[in-house]
Amino acid sequence: MSDARMSGRGLSRFALPMAAAFGFAVLYVPLAIMVIYSFNASKLASVWGGWSVQWYGELLRNDQILQAAWVSLKVAAMSATLGTIFGCLIGYAMSRFGRFRPRLLLSGMATAPIVMPDVVTGLSLLLLFISMEALLGWPAERGVDTIVIAHATFCMAFVAVIVQARLTDVDTSVEEAAMDLGARQPRVFFDVTLPMMAPALVAGWLLSFTLSLDDLVIASFVSGPGASTLPMVVFSKVRLGVTPEINALATLLIVLVSIFVALAAWRMRKAGKA
Amino acid sequence: MTAPASPPTRAPKSDRAFIRIADVVKTFDGFRAVDNISLDVAEGEIFCLLGGSGSGKSTLLRMLAGFETPDSGRIEIDGQDMTSVPPWDRPVNMMFQSYALFPHMSVARNVAYGLKQDRLPKSEIEAQVKRMLELVKLDTLAHRKPHQLSGGQRQRVALARALAKKPKALLLDEPLSALDKKLREETQFELMDIQDTLGTTFIVVTHDQEEAMTLGTRIGVMDQGRLVQVDAPRDLYEYPKNRFIADFVGSVNIFEGQVTEDESDHLRVGSQALGGEIYIDHGMSCQLGQTVWVAVRPEKMRLRREAPEGPVGGAAQGVVEDIAYMGGLSHYRVVLPSGQRVRATLANRDRHDADAPTWEETVWISWPPAAGVALLS
Repeated sequence: MSDARMSGRGLSRFALPMAAAFGFAVLYVPLAIMVIYSFNASKLASVWGGWSVQWYGELLRNDQILQAAWVSLKVAAMSATLGTIFGCLIGYAMSRFGRFRPRLLLSGMATAPIVMPDVVTGLSLLLLFISMEALLGWPAERGVDTIVIAHATFCMAFVAVIVQARLTDVDTSVEEAAMDLGARQPRVFFDVTLPMMAPALVAGWLLSFTLSLDDLVIASFVSGPGASTLPMVVFSKVRLGVTPEINALATLLIVLVSIFVALAAWRMRKAGKA
Repeated sequence: MTAPASPPTRAPKSDRAFIRIADVVKTFDGFRAVDNISLDVAEGEIFCLLGGSGSGKSTLLRMLAGFETPDSGRIEIDGQDMTSVPPWDRPVNMMFQSYALFPHMSVARNVAYGLKQDRLPKSEIEAQVKRMLELVKLDTLAHRKPHQLSGGQRQRVALARALAKKPKALLLDEPLSALDKKLREETQFELMDIQDTLGTTFIVVTHDQEEAMTLGTRIGVMDQGRLVQVDAPRDLYEYPKNRFIADFVGSVNIFEGQVTEDESDHLRVGSQALGGEIYIDHGMSCQLGQTVWVAVRPEKMRLRREAPEGPVGGAAQGVVEDIAYMGGLSHYRVVLPSGQRVRATLANRDRHDADAPTWEETVWISWPPAAGVALLS
């Protein structure tokens, strides 16, 4: 009716879609170019030489990359699992153990790894592992174990946040009802609380998995000889020049990460509905 | 006081104190949520705790269920001290306001949950679940999940689950507040039927006075952590103890006045607010000149164009300020010369009562001698 609404409609009809298109273009055109070039027949990364899938074949024959991919998947699965277990306990404690006094401080501290610069996290963990080695003799050498522990710290923080958000939504009277019907505390947790948290845990695990798969900085700090993750290998290779092989690898990573993020989002939407 | 000859009431099975609450106090951060309450509930009663939000009624119920521990005082159920017994060991079950059904379990598993905690044999559990679902008429929906049910059906599942363990008492927290008006009325009667069948003692917390009146054999009205009055619905309505109760339970006209005559069988009160004298057909122990408040229910008010004839409790002339037509009833608001507004409710017996008083008309309001109640506070 009014001019303001008309202009608002005009804005939403032209300006907003254009702005959105520009934003998405900046985000996704480079990715699209990379995906297209991964099918490039030419050995030079920046010269188009026709379609081919040969670089995917090369990739599968490259032991160094396959080895690194295996390390990355192992680290991601283990750190996501560890992070989910501890994050679940933290989130549960934060939302259910009443209003104990240092709660705000504790929940802030538990979620701090999310905003902590990776360099700081990586360096401090490296110092921890070195002094532990000197004092306890463990870890004898840095490798998969130390990367898993390092990744589990920030995975835990993410899972704790997701679980806490989920439990704040869930009516505490459901747990009280279980108690009222004769269930003691551990039973209530396993029969009622855990199933209600399950979607959040699955979402948290998937998110943790992708975050661990992505990490380069922290892993570089705490890894040792013989335990290179995929991002570390890619990064070191790129310094010698981008090859179509790396394009192919990056394309596969995009597919993998997209699948996991989509699954996590789907689980979280389901959690919101139930 | 002259009580009506024999009003229909529902009597509990026995007068023995089945649930005994003695001098219970509960404070939260220095705030007295429950302030020294003592109350006995008989076996088979439907006892309603009525009060506004923050009156302490829910805290009292949660102490009966075991979710809160009293700071001092004692809670006994069927002769056993329950004061520090945890919720899972108490012989009572609760129906939550939000129903609190387990979202990931089917209707049948929800109902069976309490029985499973008792490690009963499987066949026994199944039989009891079947019986409960038949009782609440949900036996065809046993395999549905809670989110596939309507609000009324969820309410029944919650009821069946809470009754499945055959509790000594059922605690109901605002059992009908989430239902719409029509369904609420039906469910009220169903709830009473079920209580009648099983004979379980019900303790109902509600803020809805109509719900309390319909369900309760007795009602305890709570305000600021205290029990103000405990009585049968009729006594609560007809003989409120003070102005708070009179106003909280139903609507009421209150005339302030001073006692001019105090005999054993009647009381006369001079009221400036009414602009005349009020006659009450019961005596009261008070002093001459003392301020009292006379409460008269709107439906006991008469509204006429002519001055009333014969004995009246009180009468005054005023102007109709507003009429609210409610279908079955019409609510009139009349302004007296003193400025006091009087509410009168008239039943609409005829479809077109052309003779009914209308806006801005001067009318007489009056009430019979037995209609007024004098209150000291």
